[in-house]
Amino acid sequence: MSDDANPLNSPESPEHTQQPMTAIPTLAQAATERKTFAVSSALARIRQSHPRSSRIPDAVFKVLILLTAASVFAIVVFVLWELIDKSRLSLHQFGLGFFVGHEWDPVNDQYGAMPFIYGTLVSSFLALLMAVPLSIGVAVYVTEMCPMRLRAIISFLVELLAAIPSVIYGLWAIFVLAPLLRDYVEPFLAKTLGWTGLFTGPVYGIGMLAAGIILAIMIVPIIASITREVLTAVPQNQREAVLALGATRWEMIRMGVLRNARIGIVGGIILGLGRALGETMAVTMVIGNRPEVSKSLFAPGYTMASVLANEFTEATGDLYLSALIEIGLALFLVTLVVNALARLLVWSITGGSTGRVRA
Amino acid sequence: MPNLSAGAVTKPLSLWRRAMDLGATAFAIVAAVLVIVPLLAIFVYLLIKGVGALDWAFLTQTPKPVGEVGGGMANAIVGSGVILGIASVIGIPIGIGCGIYLAEYARGRFGDIVRFTADVLNGVPSIVIGIAVYSLIVVRQKHFSAFSGGIALAIMMVPTVARATEEMLLMVPNNVREAAFGLGIPKWRTTLSITLRTASAGVITGCMLAFARVAGETAPLLFTAFGNQFWNKNPNQPTAALPLQIYTYAISPFDEWHRQAWAGALILIIMIVVAVAAVRITTSRGTLKGAS
Repeated sequence: MSDDANPLNSPESPEHTQQPMTAIPTLAQAATERKTFAVSSALARIRQSHPRSSRIPDAVFKVLILLTAASVFAIVVFVLWELIDKSRLSLHQFGLGFFVGHEWDPVNDQYGAMPFIYGTLVSSFLALLMAVPLSIGVAVYVTEMCPMRLRAIISFLVELLAAIPSVIYGLWAIFVLAPLLRDYVEPFLAKTLGWTGLFTGPVYGIGMLAAGIILAIMIVPIIASITREVLTAVPQNQREAVLALGATRWEMIRMGVLRNARIGIVGGIILGLGRALGETMAVTMVIGNRPEVSKSLFAPGYTMASVLANEFTEATGDLYLSALIEIGLALFLVTLVVNALARLLVWSITGGSTGRVRA
Repeated sequence: MPNLSAGAVTKPLSLWRRAMDLGATAFAIVAAVLVIVPLLAIFVYLLIKGVGALDWAFLTQTPKPVGEVGGGMANAIVGSGVILGIASVIGIPIGIGCGIYLAEYARGRFGDIVRFTADVLNGVPSIVIGIAVYSLIVVRQKHFSAFSGGIALAIMMVPTVARATEEMLLMVPNNVREAAFGLGIPKWRTTLSITLRTASAGVITGCMLAFARVAGETAPLLFTAFGNQFWNKNPNQPTAALPLQIYTYAISPFDEWHRQAWAGALILIIMIVVAVAAVRITTSRGTLKGAS
């Protein structure tokens, strides 16, 4: 209220002149009284034009907003409850043995999730192995080395990589990546690294290796964008200080930048892991979908998410469905823990705002 | 300079350190190239294979039976539109409301819990959300529907929209709010027509990004919208969706279907890139820079 000091304002209020004067006021008292009159009359006018304004609509609005906020919380609780409720049958039947059983035999109602857990872990680990150096490299290049003009272009392209739907990655992987692997990469690997036992057996193109590569391409943008954010958050004088000690650019990056940002980078990596664990379509399309545990990366495998995608609508029998939902529950809990951990790490660096993480 | 610095005070860079520096730079450049190459490869293949398969029939006809050449994905394109429409109508208001709560009302612990839950929900695999919606809606209704698909996608939109809205609202300077309160405007009105409007460019960005993200989602639709080979105008019935159709065609053994899968993928990616680019252009003009 800046207008209460305005002398032009007081004559407009009729109550002011009608106030009886009981005693002769001092000059200062008169001034304060004029002010309060002006304010109260202004308030009265507002109240007249907006009768009972703001109270009820404000309360209603607040409740509505609170409801939407609570609904987010409710969604997570509801998803968890629904999964636990529907997998009860399988939980009772198999107990913890479900997660170590190797047998997945819907015909005889025998269910063990080991091949899927193995497939999920191996494909995600392979993806991290390839994606982590690449995304840290790209983030370092963009923040520390690259010319200003290229910076925006590369960031945009990496962002675009995140916008491609996973089914399109899968399509590309089936028709371009898998033949490429089958005809060139896998024979080469078998010849040079066959002795490790990881690259043996018949070459299909489709299999664990293809799944790992396509997952790596998909999680690079997540890890890269978070790493870039964390690197940008490192204060400039850290860099200057290390450079002033005579370091080369690489030494500056290693000692002044990466060391300061390592917790945030680890957070980004874990976030990428969370995405890789739950990724469904692209993996389903190239992993081969065979519930086996095989040492060779050429062999087809199966992941938790892809068994859900393939068998959920065809599941006959309550126990079959329940076993599938239990896999979903396990997937949910694992990604929950992984994501929570990642958020805490990233938050500890960037202070609450996780930026645009569109994982 | 080298002559001066080679004196007693500084030693010249050792060969090892120089090599390391060079090696690191080379590695970073190679990494950048390796990341960009798949992106370009995907786009080139989409263009080559997609444009060749794209024709007028593809955009106007429904799928033909196996073995017949021709037909298209018109029903899937429309179906995707319906499902995304339902998802936006449900997901965007809830997301914006949640963002408003986080930015304007959240005090203390409950705000932190909601923020954390939103971030966690963001990371939940889409197929798990599909299962949950399946057992909530599809099982009870006893049939698949566009409606249940829309709800699954809406759940996925909420956290993205909420966090973007929160971030944008927090960027609005506090004296804008104070000025509005000073004029006697109630809080709900201030929030909706002043704070939210000031931040609208960024909020729209968030909504578009959420939209682009769920537009290509396939996994949650497998058990909710399910897909359909024919026209379906009833949102309470199984409905075709573009990503679903691409998936079904891609894993099929028929060349004709593969060809159409590429065309469908091209259409899908064009929709998404247009959305992302539109966001870029609008936000670079707006007063408050968007999330990207």
